[in-house]
Amino acid sequence: MQHVSPIREPLVTGGKTYHDITEDVCRQVEAKPNARWAIAFGVSLIGLAIFFYSVYRTLWFGIGEWGLNKTVGWAWDITNFVWWVGIGHAGTLISAVLLLFRQKWRSSINRAAEAMTIFAVICAAMFPVLHMGRPWLAYWVLPLPNTFGSLWVNFNSPLLWDVFAISTYFSVSLVFWYIGLIPDFATIRDRATGPIAKRAYAILSMNWTGSAKSWSRYETVSLILAGVATPLVLSVHTIVSMDFATSVIPGWHTTIFPPYFVAGAIFSGFAMVLTLMIITRKTFKLEDYITLEHVESMNKVIIVTGSVVGIAYTTEFFIAWYSGVEYEAYAFINRAFGPYWWAYWSMMTCNVITPQLFWFRKIRRSLTATFIISIFVNIGMWFERFVIIVTSLHRDYLPSSWAMFSPTMIDVGVYVGTFGLFFTLFFLFVKFFPVVNMAEVKAILKSSSEVPQGHHNHANSMHGTTSESTIKTHHNE
Amino acid sequence: MNKKFVLGIYDDEDVLLTAIENIRAAGTKIYEVFSPYPIHGIDDVLGIKRSRLPIVAFFCGLFGTSFALWMQIWMLGFDWPMIIGGKPHIALPSFIPVTFELTVLCAAFGMVITFFIVSKLKPTLRVNMFDKRSTDDKFVMAIEVKDGVTDMAALNELLRSNGAIEVNEKEVVK
Repeated sequence: MQHVSPIREPLVTGGKTYHDITEDVCRQVEAKPNARWAIAFGVSLIGLAIFFYSVYRTLWFGIGEWGLNKTVGWAWDITNFVWWVGIGHAGTLISAVLLLFRQKWRSSINRAAEAMTIFAVICAAMFPVLHMGRPWLAYWVLPLPNTFGSLWVNFNSPLLWDVFAISTYFSVSLVFWYIGLIPDFATIRDRATGPIAKRAYAILSMNWTGSAKSWSRYETVSLILAGVATPLVLSVHTIVSMDFATSVIPGWHTTIFPPYFVAGAIFSGFAMVLTLMIITRKTFKLEDYITLEHVESMNKVIIVTGSVVGIAYTTEFFIAWYSGVEYEAYAFINRAFGPYWWAYWSMMTCNVITPQLFWFRKIRRSLTATFIISIFVNIGMWFERFVIIVTSLHRDYLPSSWAMFSPTMIDVGVYVGTFGLFFTLFFLFVKFFPVVNMAEVKAILKSSSEVPQGHHNHANSMHGTTSESTIKTHHNE
Repeated sequence: MNKKFVLGIYDDEDVLLTAIENIRAAGTKIYEVFSPYPIHGIDDVLGIKRSRLPIVAFFCGLFGTSFALWMQIWMLGFDWPMIIGGKPHIALPSFIPVTFELTVLCAAFGMVITFFIVSKLKPTLRVNMFDKRSTDDKFVMAIEVKDGVTDMAALNELLRSNGAIEVNEKEVVK
């Protein structure tokens, strides 16, 4: 038995029945693509074309197509990499951490958030792979026997830890997402009419019948996957932060990085989830499943993580002064008041000030305000990585090697292109896959919907049984 | 050989749970119950034992840990020792991240692959469902019928009196 507070708002509104959920979610999978979707998909394909062109230039002419120089050897590529990976973290947080905490509001948003994770990690992976210059040799990062007399990879390097962290993260997230999709694919399969759809969803649903035994195992598997994905997601951004923290560059060599990066990742990820959810719920009329209660809950996470990030910025600055290390102190003064002051203050404004507006309930529950602030946070978090990376590098120890970084069109093209890649994948997902986890929403319907669902049926169909059975308690969660 | 089943269709999880208890108490064996979502508490009333998949996950994870440690220690410590950043050849602290990642990877994949095998989940072109509505909004209870042994009328009455909204028969071709 679980106590549901009467103050809690319903998570599913509009008095839905189980069948309504199936109908509402399957609608866009079964219907012909609508004009809005087609236009959005078309725009994404243009973005994808930009991506392919920029990648072609990068590979054909080499990394010289980017704006990197001898002083700033890492710039947009690694900024974009960390930014995209960070965005991915919200999906795992929603699907795994909130599952462990038994937060029911995760149910209707976890599917799309996990999809976002997977696509964001794909976009992120593009940058280090392209920065290799010769991506066809990417397998050199793996500890494979080789013709150099088996010279192995360097397991002391955080860049190698990254290879393991990101690939594990990607594959575990993919499996977690797919396990959740299987029962919903079965629902679509059993409704499908077309010969292709019937077969395609039959293959995808892996012979799922929904028997009690397999549900029992399914629940166990989900719980254990959530259990391992939770430390995994924390480890991934910890390791990403170690790419910087284990170096000896002033501004990077800080022990605060792992928790600070993890909080930042969740912060930017929730902002991206909000951006996408607000659009998705509107486009596919899912207002009854992704309610203001969901938006408000996510906004609360944004306040918390935004404040953590704000404290981290302040702490960093304080420690730079308090450490008494001249170079460290200079790196921070240079960040805030040097030639890149505009990047620093954009970061501060977007990440520290704007999310504080969510202390007002009105703003937290306003879709327009949330949408705008979520965009601000996305921009701010991109600037955070840019500030950390470029401003720490551009003024080296020797003033003779000081330099500025300016991106080329190809830099911009690869970045804009990954949006094309991301949205192409995302729009294909929303068209062909169920965007809301139907099985999970059905499971919380009785306890969390507006109308006590099934109550009337219940009373009617109970005649003939003993009254003792009607008060039989069942475990809700 | 063809198998015959009687299907009791329910539309409420609480009614279903009570029905399962009553029907099992009446001495009727339930072949399988199908539902559109996981019903909490159904394991107890159906007598389904706790899954042992967490044990599988644990041992797969243990394999991952040992394999990762062995791999790194052997590669950098014995096969081609090199001094990197003044660290010892076997620098255990910097082996932790890869060890952790491989532990998670092996635990997750080992468990999921075992889940697919034991639950007979594999890509199939055609799936024989007892009742297709059980992936939408109905709960289906299947009871196997043995010709000449099962009293059909009594079974029908038992299901209906326990809240089944429909009782159907289904023959499954093996």
